[in-house]
Amino acid sequence: MIESRLKKVLAAGHFAVTAECGPPKGADPEVIRKKGNLLKGFVDSVNVTDNQTGVVRLSSLAACAILREEGLDPVLQMVTRDRNRIALQSDVLGASALGIRNILCLSGDHQSLGNQKGAKGVFDLDSMQLLQTVRQMRDKGIMLGGDRLNANPALFVGAVENPFGDPQGYRVARLAKKIRAGAEFIQTQCIYNLARFSEFMTQVRDRGLDSKVFILGGITPLKSIRMAEFMRDSVAGMDVPDEIIARMKGVPAKEQRQEGIKIAVETIRALKELKGVHGVHIMAIEWEEVVPTLVEEAGLSPRPDV
Amino acid sequence: MITAERKPFAEIKAACAPYRRILVVGCGTCVAECAAGGEKEVALLASQLRLDAGKARRTIDVKEVTLDRQCVYEFIDQIFPLVDQYDVILSLGCGAGVQAMAEVLPKIHIVPALNTTSIAETMEQGVWREDCRGCGDCKLDRFADICPITRCAKGLFNGPCGGSKGGHCEVDPDVPCAWHLIITRMEETGRLDAMNEVEPPADWARTQGKGPRKIVREDQKTP
Repeated sequence: MIESRLKKVLAAGHFAVTAECGPPKGADPEVIRKKGNLLKGFVDSVNVTDNQTGVVRLSSLAACAILREEGLDPVLQMVTRDRNRIALQSDVLGASALGIRNILCLSGDHQSLGNQKGAKGVFDLDSMQLLQTVRQMRDKGIMLGGDRLNANPALFVGAVENPFGDPQGYRVARLAKKIRAGAEFIQTQCIYNLARFSEFMTQVRDRGLDSKVFILGGITPLKSIRMAEFMRDSVAGMDVPDEIIARMKGVPAKEQRQEGIKIAVETIRALKELKGVHGVHIMAIEWEEVVPTLVEEAGLSPRPDV
Repeated sequence: MITAERKPFAEIKAACAPYRRILVVGCGTCVAECAAGGEKEVALLASQLRLDAGKARRTIDVKEVTLDRQCVYEFIDQIFPLVDQYDVILSLGCGAGVQAMAEVLPKIHIVPALNTTSIAETMEQGVWREDCRGCGDCKLDRFADICPITRCAKGLFNGPCGGSKGGHCEVDPDVPCAWHLIITRMEETGRLDAMNEVEPPADWARTQGKGPRKIVREDQKTP
């Protein structure tokens, strides 16, 4: 029986490392294998995005199956934007049958932000309802509407949270609601504003939520000052403070990647010391090859045996 | 009310091009209120058609009529005597108006001149905002009287996504985040705790379960 490595690592009390792998805009499975093998041994599990930002890419489910073949522990990202409850539940069963053991439930970026602007947004369920549905399928063997499954899916169930989203005062309550809906692990939006994230974590601890869910802090290494400004100005729900911009600006163009790595490593080290944070989730956008460097420099290599 | 916007003239002109005798039919209710298909707009479109035909040295016969309600058969009766004299009806009614006329006028081609958009409120003169998608299962009281199906771009039932900034939607910075409004109103009325419960999946069968919805009220039928 295949088990979730992510779950085992977290349950054993280790500081977990996950990384994101964006599937290609094409049908070549080698791209996935290559990305997977870059990450192998340096991370516990690999998230595969589901048509992120509404741009059509090789399917998350297929890419996860390929990663599984390569011996990795994939995290299937599943958005409710593109599939109704029939397709979602069917893919949950299919994922489990393919040996995928982790699922991340999201609503997904709005279709108008992607390359299929005329697409009909489905949103039959939202992320909370998907969480609840998957938990009910796994724990009780019941699908929506009450029909029984003849074999339950085996999935470790996660959700996302953006500590920097609006309305600010509601973010912790929203996290609590995701836990109530069934989230067992949380991967957060990219953290550049550590002070604000620490405040968020204080509220999380005050409500005792850190003992109810595993929280993995999001890390995206910056490649350039242009990327930093783009993240600040054009990516929804992102908080890139002035000091990060100043640091990236303060070095010549050819050293900016190095500075981006430095910031990311410092952030990972800070998160390791932050009570209630159980790991990091590295989203190196089209820069997966930097992940081993980050993991090593942050002192998170080798990964534990579990 | 139902809101609509007039189609671009080029599109209307192209659709009417095969016809010489055009009956322009407006509606005096919702689409008049939102200045898309009332008497004034009918007159304007008719003049545009005449002017345009004149420029092209084409002779056309355009007649203007505005019904009190294009979606009620009794009001459509008024144009029965005219229909035979025209090649096409150009409707400035909403989608219900066009289809009601098609129901009772089986032999004439009807061209819509409007794009019907929504069930909306008038926010100020010249500004109408969509409020309702007619889901058939109103739960507004649970959402601080702000409809998340209509006013959240993703139609989320359980709180805001991570994409709003400064109370505005990620999809369009001019659109307020519906969930920001819901939470603020819940907070102000001391009902925020009601948001803790996970709202179950909607029953879309009430919207699209068995094709178009029909209300039959025996008590309202004429004996």
